[in-house]
Amino acid sequence: MPRREQQPCFRPLSPHLQIYRPNLTMVMSILHRITGAVLYFATFAGVWWLMGLASGPKYFAYVDAMFRSWPGLIMLFAIMYQLFHHAFGGIRHLIWDADYCFSVRAAERMGLISLGLSIFSTLAIWFLGVMT
Amino acid sequence: MVSFTLPKNSRVREGKVWPKPEGATRLKEFRIYRFDPETGENPRLDTYFVDLDDCGPMVLNALIWIKDNIDSTLTFRRSCREGICGSCSMNINGENTLACIRSIEEFDEPVRIHPLPHMEVVKDLVPDLTLFYAQHRLIEPWLKTDTPEPEREWLQSKEDRAKLDGLYECILCACCSTSCPSYWWNQERFLGPAALLQAWRWIADSRDEAIDERLDQLDDPFRLYRCHTIMNCTRVCPKGLNPARAIAKIKRTLTNRKA
Repeated sequence: MPRREQQPCFRPLSPHLQIYRPNLTMVMSILHRITGAVLYFATFAGVWWLMGLASGPKYFAYVDAMFRSWPGLIMLFAIMYQLFHHAFGGIRHLIWDADYCFSVRAAERMGLISLGLSIFSTLAIWFLGVMT
Repeated sequence: MVSFTLPKNSRVREGKVWPKPEGATRLKEFRIYRFDPETGENPRLDTYFVDLDDCGPMVLNALIWIKDNIDSTLTFRRSCREGICGSCSMNINGENTLACIRSIEEFDEPVRIHPLPHMEVVKDLVPDLTLFYAQHRLIEPWLKTDTPEPEREWLQSKEDRAKLDGLYECILCACCSTSCPSYWWNQERFLGPAALLQAWRWIADSRDEAIDERLDQLDDPFRLYRCHTIMNCTRVCPKGLNPARAIAKIKRTLTNRKA
């Protein structure tokens, strides 16, 4: 930052993340950013699956087996959670954009609900998947 | 720029432990950020013990007590001691607030006091607010009109005047802007919650005739849209205002204008 170099004498930067007390809306915000970034890379997994599908039964069987292996399943589970987290987070932002839920209380409640819905939806889909 | 760590010369070191006051029975421990521009050494966290029986109830009282009784070099801004001047804004136990309207009892021991986060420190608890004030200047916080001035005051209906409640009360203490991670990372380009709340205060004013011009000035990916509704601003505002909501209203007004 050029602004800092112009100072006649040295001025330290006051502590920020190191000292700031985390809160729910702050943590949800950074998780929204992180899940969004992870989902970007997760699309490569989806593309790989489609490529397998397009490449014929032999290669598809290989890709499919990879996804069904334990590491593959864990990855899919993680991706699905992040997808729900990001989707419900997006709805939260739409509600805010429509000028609702701006009290700290309402914002916190909305954060907890979206967190609960993400966990529930992920578990429900995997439960149904295992059952069938 | 996002940087999760402090520059080397800004890292806070363990400081001096000042002697406990003699004969005191009710002591409370305070750890306070110190930076001396004359030595230019790294900032440090000094430990003080305040005699609660000899000191007023507020955190600001404790700071003044320390300055009077233990260490006269401790530097901080203060003026009105009743939450209207906005001078004694600082970070107490991890949240920005005004030291004069928060009681010592509210805070767990040791009470950790830092200057407002991610700011250049002039001395101890005094940050450089030059950029913060420049941002306020940029939104042109005055009435702008084209129609000739009336002979008496500009009139406003009671309903229109009510729209300014929750906006005009801002005291520019900078608690909100310096609590905002977006402002931490992009304060050269993002105006921050305080300036944006004031921008909305003038856009929402029925007497102002430069609304389009004001909106044009804000329609920028950084100036306005770095707000990601983290809500730290609204949490910390010592006047109970809601900058996050004001920013959302600006975004909404801009969207509706385009449609």
